[in-house]
Amino acid sequence: MASTDAAAVRADVAIIGAGLSGSCIARQLSAYELDIVLLDKECDVSMGVSRANSGIVHGGFHHNLKYLKSRLEIRGNLMYDRLQRELDFPFKRCGILVAALNDEEMKYIDHLYTQGVENGAIGIEMCSRERMFELEPKLNPDCVGGLHAPGGGVLEPYRFVFSVVESAQKNGVEVVTNFEVVHAERAGERYRIHAADGRQVEARYVVNAAGLFADRVSEIFGAEEFQIIPRKGEYFLLDRATEAAPQRVLFPVPTKVSKGMLVIPTVEGTVLIGPTAQEIEDKEDVSTNADQLNLILDQARKMVPKVSQTDVITAFSGLRPALADGDFYIDISAKAPNFIQVAGIQSPGLTAAPAIGEYVKDLVKKAGCSLVEKADWDPYVSKLPRIRDLGPYEADNLVNANPAYGNVVCRCEEISEAEIVEAIRRGHTTLDGIKYFTRAGMGRCQGGFCSYKIIKLLIRETGMSYKDIQKCGAGSELLRDAL
Amino acid sequence: MHCEGREGMKELQYDVLVIGAGAAGLAAALEVSRNNASCALVERESHLGGILIQCIHNGFGLEEYKEELTGPEFAERQVQAVRAADVDIFTDTTVTQLNAENDRKEAYCYSAVYGVLRISVRAVILAMGCRERNRGNIRTPGTRPAGVYTAGLAQRLVNIEGYIPGQDVVIVGSGDIGLIMARRMTWVGAKVHAVIEIQPYPSGLTRNIVQCLNDFDIPLYLSHVVSRIEGKQRVEKVQVSPLTNGIPDEENSFEIPCDTLLLSVGLIPENELSKEAGMEINPQTNGALVDATMMTSIDGVFSCGNVLHVHDLADWVAEEARRAGAYAVRYLRNERPKRQIRIKAGANVRYINPAMFDPDNPDKLYFRSLIVKNQAKLQIKLDHKPVKEVRLSHVQPSEMLHVKLKPKDVAGWNIMKDSVLEVSIE
Ligand SMILES: Cc1cc2nc3c(=O)[nH]c(=O)nc-3n(C[C@H](O)[C@H](O)[C@H](O)COP(=O)(O)OP(=O)(O)OC[C@H]3O[C@@H](n4cnc5c(N)ncnc54)[C@H](O)[C@@H]3O)c2cc1C
Ligand SMILES: Cc1cc2nc3c(=O)[nH]c(=O)nc-3n(C[C@H](O)[C@H](O)[C@H](O)COP(=O)(O)OP(=O)(O)OC[C@H]3O[C@@H](n4cnc5c(N)ncnc54)[C@H](O)[C@@H]3O)c2cc1C
Repeated sequence: MASTDAAAVRADVAIIGAGLSGSCIARQLSAYELDIVLLDKECDVSMGVSRANSGIVHGGFHHNLKYLKSRLEIRGNLMYDRLQRELDFPFKRCGILVAALNDEEMKYIDHLYTQGVENGAIGIEMCSRERMFELEPKLNPDCVGGLHAPGGGVLEPYRFVFSVVESAQKNGVEVVTNFEVVHAERAGERYRIHAADGRQVEARYVVNAAGLFADRVSEIFGAEEFQIIPRKGEYFLLDRATEAAPQRVLFPVPTKVSKGMLVIPTVEGTVLIGPTAQEIEDKEDVSTNADQLNLILDQARKMVPKVSQTDVITAFSGLRPALADGDFYIDISAKAPNFIQVAGIQSPGLTAAPAIGEYVKDLVKKAGCSLVEKADWDPYVSKLPRIRDLGPYEADNLVNANPAYGNVVCRCEEISEAEIVEAIRRGHTTLDGIKYFTRAGMGRCQGGFCSYKIIKLLIRETGMSYKDIQKCGAGSELLRDAL
Repeated sequence: MHCEGREGMKELQYDVLVIGAGAAGLAAALEVSRNNASCALVERESHLGGILIQCIHNGFGLEEYKEELTGPEFAERQVQAVRAADVDIFTDTTVTQLNAENDRKEAYCYSAVYGVLRISVRAVILAMGCRERNRGNIRTPGTRPAGVYTAGLAQRLVNIEGYIPGQDVVIVGSGDIGLIMARRMTWVGAKVHAVIEIQPYPSGLTRNIVQCLNDFDIPLYLSHVVSRIEGKQRVEKVQVSPLTNGIPDEENSFEIPCDTLLLSVGLIPENELSKEAGMEINPQTNGALVDATMMTSIDGVFSCGNVLHVHDLADWVAEEARRAGAYAVRYLRNERPKRQIRIKAGANVRYINPAMFDPDNPDKLYFRSLIVKNQAKLQIKLDHKPVKEVRLSHVQPSEMLHVKLKPKDVAGWNIMKDSVLEVSIE
């Protein structure tokens, strides 16, 4: 991500962590007369927990209202339609089904239904076996009934973050990437925040939205002590041509540790199966493991028997940044002045993110920061045309205006040169950055055909040397030498 | 060629559209034009020749041109012939949609040069080649760092773009592409530490094992898999496990430090366009089911080369494609076979192409064995009665086989409407 030289940056608010939480907070605060910096240690935004998850906007029935996460989930869910209009990201309210495979499980459905009703989940419905098959013919024939939550939906989390960040930037937020916060001290009324590479930022208020590393950042600022326990979830991604694609997100009846293994029709037409749930120690260990991957296939087949391993195009994993009590911890620090904690943001953190933004905005105000609305705040971002969404006639007009739209670079996802160049110009200058922004390289060939073309476009557009082209950040250089 | 615009979009009309200009598309287009039909050849890359262009090694052309050529030399001969013929060539143009259910078929093509084109034809020849299987397809666990490439991508980077992806290399898969890349990477100064093959036998040609591995002392591990990839930002090492009863044996696993992993684990025909057009696919090949005239389940749509089934030899691709070209023109003239019978893959045969047989025009059949065997026998039966036998000195799954049936073979056969020809290996 293009970043400003932060040496001289002095801000009112510094937000540490540009994932779903940090970016929604930044955008929310960008509506006020404040200087805001959004800091992240990675080469691009959304490269932490917000990169690899299920991408579900939850239906509001999984958790009891006594939890903050449940209240923010309900509120967050309702905010998505408006956000979609403003921010132009792919989002679909496809609905959620929870399938019970026996009478015992059906009792739990009862409980989920009651909880959903108490939470005010809109349109929630108890379903007979017949109704379940009407809603999803591909279900396991053993299904005895279940729950339907029409308000649930799917989106691509990183795509959403990119849009939110773009909007925040448009309204004056400075984004600084490759900025790993390693140290902080008080300097009068401000914090002086130091990055690993020596750069500094000063800010009056600090928001800790550092995901898996929120405990570490809290320690750096001398705030509360707590521990984030990473819980790994592994997935398989299936080709968009799979016969296993359901109409709605399919959940099993949840277990104590997780919501179980799902079959998810992604908003881009592929199918995601998973996640597993395994507590681990290393917060950087996003490897996948043979035993877990087999488990995913077995469990997913219990939902949709048509799931086939020949449809697998890739596997990945994400880490849930969990606190011991399972809830979000969002509050003004009692120990460090003007320091706001946004920690333990595990599921439903994506659903809740817009509501977290609002909630933290109010905490910032409560901490003493005066919020004066900007007269010229603009909630909209410019729409980016994608040739795959256009019919031939519309595409023809676009190509006439800019021929680069006619050059299909990524054949599997049908992404044009113009879209890739736009991603590069918006500061996504790594292969992963371009992939997450445009989808080039995300399809069935996984970059086998287009990687070299994207490398060439990167060199052409940025003037970088081939040696500096990275997959994602320092150390991930792709090419060693030239002939 | 007629050119007319409807609502601004360019529309072109031909007899035949050939999609893809690799060895298959070039041979097919040439044949169409030799038979005096008008032809458009559409290729998404800016060069003609497809995958041949990056195969700078020898081993092409022995059958087509009776001399040993490199891939680019083979392509160059085809390209010259096509350029001299009456074929309209569109490079940098991708076919994104094919509507083939009607008598007149329409293809939408996207191009930075021509804008969006609608090409309207009576027959289509699919020659889109294939893509490489990747890490996800073989589900290798571990981290997801930089340094994991498919062998064909690495070949492209080295041979065409002039970049060396890494210095310490492990190669997965002993097919010809993997073997050739082992030698190529060694030649450009990298150290190739091992080639790992899941099968108990190498899947490439013996010639390539000798010339690409043995000559450079590169160890080949048979019945082994890469069971884990490690490294945070860039590949740091891989874990290699022997297979015991088909399962990776953790205990006897070992590690190889490396910065690059090349995957040469098979090819998949690129049939997404064809599937969207409603074409029936043979699950054994991932290619179309074609009749004796190379026509798919969609009337007027033909298929040949790697998009039909993965070939080992460009020469055979060209041969098959010429047939598709010739039959496409006969289709335009409403010359269809009087009768066709079904061909069935029998014992030890994975698949056979085409799937139908025209007794009045016997021709070549391509097939693959399911077994490894020396001194094998090809057995052809008509309705369970043996009608022809051919000796095969050696068969293995990775080597495509062929048999040519001649009119004199068929002369005495008692063919009924629902007769079945069965091909098996003993
Ligand atoms: C397997 C899985 C499935 C999930 N499924 C869903 C779902 O379907 N629906 C749903 O609602 N939620 C889901 N979630 C939860 C959701 O993904 C998270 O709640 C959300 O992504 C958390 O966002 P965040 O911004 O708090 O954290 P992150 O995205 O991790 O952002 C924190 C950022 O801080 C940066 N950072 C860390 N330390 C430093 C430092 N020292 N200096 C600078 N920057 C730093 C990191 O690089 C990172 O970018 C799922 C989570 C997982 C793991
Ligand atoms: C690495 C490698 C090494 C080989 N070594 C040998 C050897 O030593 N000797 C030998 O005889 N054979 C060898 N072969 C096999 C032989 O070269 C191939 O089988 C043959 O070239 C395939 O030809 P094709 O036309 O079917 O496919 P391709 O060459 O792949 O051509 C397909 C073309 O279609 C284009 N295309 C696809 N979709 C579209 C679309 N929608 N719109 C427009 N254009 C499209 C592609 O860009 C491509 O140019 C090798 C193959 C490979 C991959």
